[in-house]
Order: sequence, then structure tokens, then C-alpha cells
Amino acid sequence: MPAIECTGLTKTYSVGLKKHVALDHLDFQVQEGEVFGFLGPNGAGKTTTIKLLLGLIQPTSGAATIFGHPSHTATARARVGFLPESPYFYDHLTATEFLAFCGRLFGLTSVAIHDATLRLLKQVGLEEAAHTPLRKFSKGMLQRIGIAQALINDPQLVILDEPMSGLDPIGRKDCRDLILQLKQAGKTICFSSHIIPDVEMICDHIAILVKGKLIRMGRVEEILDAHQETLEALFIRETQT
Amino acid sequence: MMRQIGAIAFNTFKGAVHERLFYNLLIFAIVMVTGSILVASLTLGEQSKIIMDMGLASHNLFGMLIAVFLGTGLISGEIERRTIHTVLSKPVGRTTFLMGKYAGLLLTLFTNTVAITATLYVVLALHPKIDPYVKGDMLTYVEPRLLLAIYMTFLELMLLSAVALLFSTFTTATLATVFSLSTYAIGHLSGTIMTMSSKRVSLATRLLVQGVHYLFPNFSQFDIKNQVVHGVAVTPAYFGYTTGYAILYLTLLLLIASTIFSRRDLG
Repeated sequence: MPAIECTGLTKTYSVGLKKHVALDHLDFQVQEGEVFGFLGPNGAGKTTTIKLLLGLIQPTSGAATIFGHPSHTATARARVGFLPESPYFYDHLTATEFLAFCGRLFGLTSVAIHDATLRLLKQVGLEEAAHTPLRKFSKGMLQRIGIAQALINDPQLVILDEPMSGLDPIGRKDCRDLILQLKQAGKTICFSSHIIPDVEMICDHIAILVKGKLIRMGRVEEILDAHQETLEALFIRETQT
Repeated sequence: MMRQIGAIAFNTFKGAVHERLFYNLLIFAIVMVTGSILVASLTLGEQSKIIMDMGLASHNLFGMLIAVFLGTGLISGEIERRTIHTVLSKPVGRTTFLMGKYAGLLLTLFTNTVAITATLYVVLALHPKIDPYVKGDMLTYVEPRLLLAIYMTFLELMLLSAVALLFSTFTTATLATVFSLSTYAIGHLSGTIMTMSSKRVSLATRLLVQGVHYLFPNFSQFDIKNQVVHGVAVTPAYFGYTTGYAILYLTLLLLIASTIFSRRDLG
């Protein structure tokens, strides 16, 4: 069973009297255990796809499932961890309080929340900021606590929206390493990015979206072999034509 | 589900008490209740009634401001700051989220009510000690029936919070504030306008006024401040009817809010 399956996923918005097609009949699957990268320029529909998968917005037509469950249901989201783009969290909470809050939303016990909090703060390098209010966090620290909250329920599927955006080179490397660690632990990872070298380095499969349409999808090596050019060159060529 | 509602409610409460707006309003309310002792000392006799009047009015006014200004930002604020994405990407239903936010606002209002009530009773107990012209000991003016008026005001605030939450589900905080304050004003005045317009206006106007009166929540029926302050009896049936009315009306408002919010795109 695929971790994610989208069939004819379409989203249109009304802008005045006109219709804007944000996503146009998107069909794709993400298999369990793989790292899947969404590539596309700004406004390509990457975040729209992720929001549709998480039930934050409703499709105009088409459907999506997560591990076989309709993606808008709470059952589907129980096995998912999500990091939003440019995360903004409740800044009156400390890092520990925030993770406890997220754990309670998943119905975890107090003991499980305590253990997961200690483990995750260590994993993302925020042990010393455990009792610091989030309003005092830098952008990089917010990204790290965002990753920690996405993993609080030990999810089978991790969806990351632009996880490397705004991070310094060390932060980007840490994020890449974390994705690879998650993959080794058997998790499925689906993330969007426009930092092509990162995508090329860690993804098994990629999909390139332009103006809401899927223009290319496949295994990274197969795409590179078929076109005999770098992913960056291919991406620029595909998005400009 | 109850655990999720509890977590969201407590987080909402915690966020509210960190807002400058909340504690500024609470401090103002406490200053006003405490200051009533000075106003009372300027009058001859009936000092305790002036303190009770000002105390109950403060509870109503500042509770209303908290219910409207915090209530209207409950959902729209989460959408603007995008914190809602973090919560609703977890296995949390939209109705659960809405109930948690509402419960958090009620917890905030309850805290405000407890603080103002405690201050009011302390002021009532102390004023014979402070004002040499007031006779009696500390318990002479502590009026337990004040709690009845405070209970009714709290019911009114519960209903007003549901109004604010409903508007918050489909419009911006500014518009929701305007709509909520308008609803509050109409809900307080419609009964009076209906009584005044019963004979001297055309049938169409009378029907319109009646329609507005029955459609909008009747906030004036929660106001028993004068009866309590002047010792006029309020029947248990009136309390029962008003409590039932508030619960029924706010349940209806929350159902509508849940229906609207469940269909809304949170882009």
C-alpha cells in the first residue's frame, strides 16, 4: 500500500471573477520507506499539495489517501508528522511545553511525552533551550523545534514543507542528515524544496511541478541518466519552457 | 477527544493571560471596583449599593470587552499566524479545535470573574472600616445575592463568546469585532425598541423589529443587577428559563460555527 496516493487532485481558487488553477489533476504515489521530493518554483503548487494532503484545504476535485485512509480524516493524520513552511508556533510556550502540547493532541501519555521530549530535544540540538519561550527562538531554532514536533508521535510518514529554507549551511546539513536518519529508521519522507542540490542528494523519487502541473516524475538516477545533465540544469530548463 | 479539547483550552487560556489586552482589562476592572469605595464615600447613605452597582457594571463591561476582543481573534488569529496548521495537521477534528478554543475563552472569562468578584467582596467587607460614616461590621454589607447577578452576567458572556467565535470562523478579527459589538448592542436594545414600537409604527416596521428581536440573542434578560442591588426578588423559574435559553442559543451558535469552520479552507 502506498504511503501517499493522489488521483486527479485539483484545486482552483476564485480570484475576483476569474478562476486560478493552483493544482491541475495531480496523480502520484509515494511508496513506503522512500524519500520523495517535490521540486518547483514559487507558486508551483507544492504547498497547496501538502495542504490538500493534510486536509487543511479541500480539493476542487480528485482525492488523496494516506496509508489507504482518505487524507482529510483524523485517522490518516495520526500516522503523519508535519513541518510547515516558515513555522510560527505558540510563542508563549517553552520548547518543552510546546512538545507536550503536541503530544497531547496525539493522545500520548505523560510518560511517553516526557521521554519523546527528552529524545527529540537532544536529536535536534535544543536541549539547552528546553525551557526557553519560543518567542526567543531564532529562525533556525524554530525550524528545529518544528522538526521535533513533527516527530513527537513517531510518525510513519513525515511531510516537510521547505525544511531547509532559511537555514545556514550547517543547519541544512543537519536537516539532510536527519532526513537520512529517518529513512534508515524506515520512515517515509515527503518534502518540498527548491534547493536542488539537497533534493538530488537525498531523494529516491522526485516530482517537478510547474504552474500546478506535474511535468516530470521518477527516480532521481533514472531522470539524470535519461537527460545527461544535472538536476539543476534540467529543473531550470523544464521550468522555463 | 476530551483530552485534545483540554489541551487546546489550556493553551488558549495560557495564550490569553499572556496577552497585554487581558491583564490590562483585568487591572482596569479591579481598579474600578476598588475605586468604587471612593465614589461611595462621596455620597450620603446607600454606599454599599453604589459599590455593588459599580462592581457588577465593571464585571459586565470588562467581561464583554474580553469576550469580544479575545473571542473574535480565536480562529482568525490562528489563521493569520498560521499556528492552526500545526494543530490541524495532527489528528484533531475541526469541531474539537473549535470546542477547545471556546473552552479556553470561558476559562479566561471565569478567571476574570473570580478576580473581580473577590475584589468586590473584599471592598464591600472593608468599606465600613475605611469610611467612618458607615455603620456595621465587616460582614454587614457582604451580600450573597450578588453571586446571582454575577452568575447571570457570566451566562451572558458565555453567549457573547459564542457569538464572537461564530464570526471569527468566517471573517477577519476586525470585522468579527464590529459584528459582535453590533450583535451585543442589538441584543440589549431590541426588547426596548420592540416595546416602544408596538403601537406607533407601521405593520412592516413592527414585523421587522420583532424579527430582529427574536433572531438576535436577547442579552437584556441576563441583566438582574438592579433587582439584586435593590433587593427585589428574582424567581428560580426565571433563572431556570434564562439558563436554558443561554445553553440552547449558544449550542446553536457553536453548531453553526462548526459547520462553517469545517468547510473553510485554511490556506
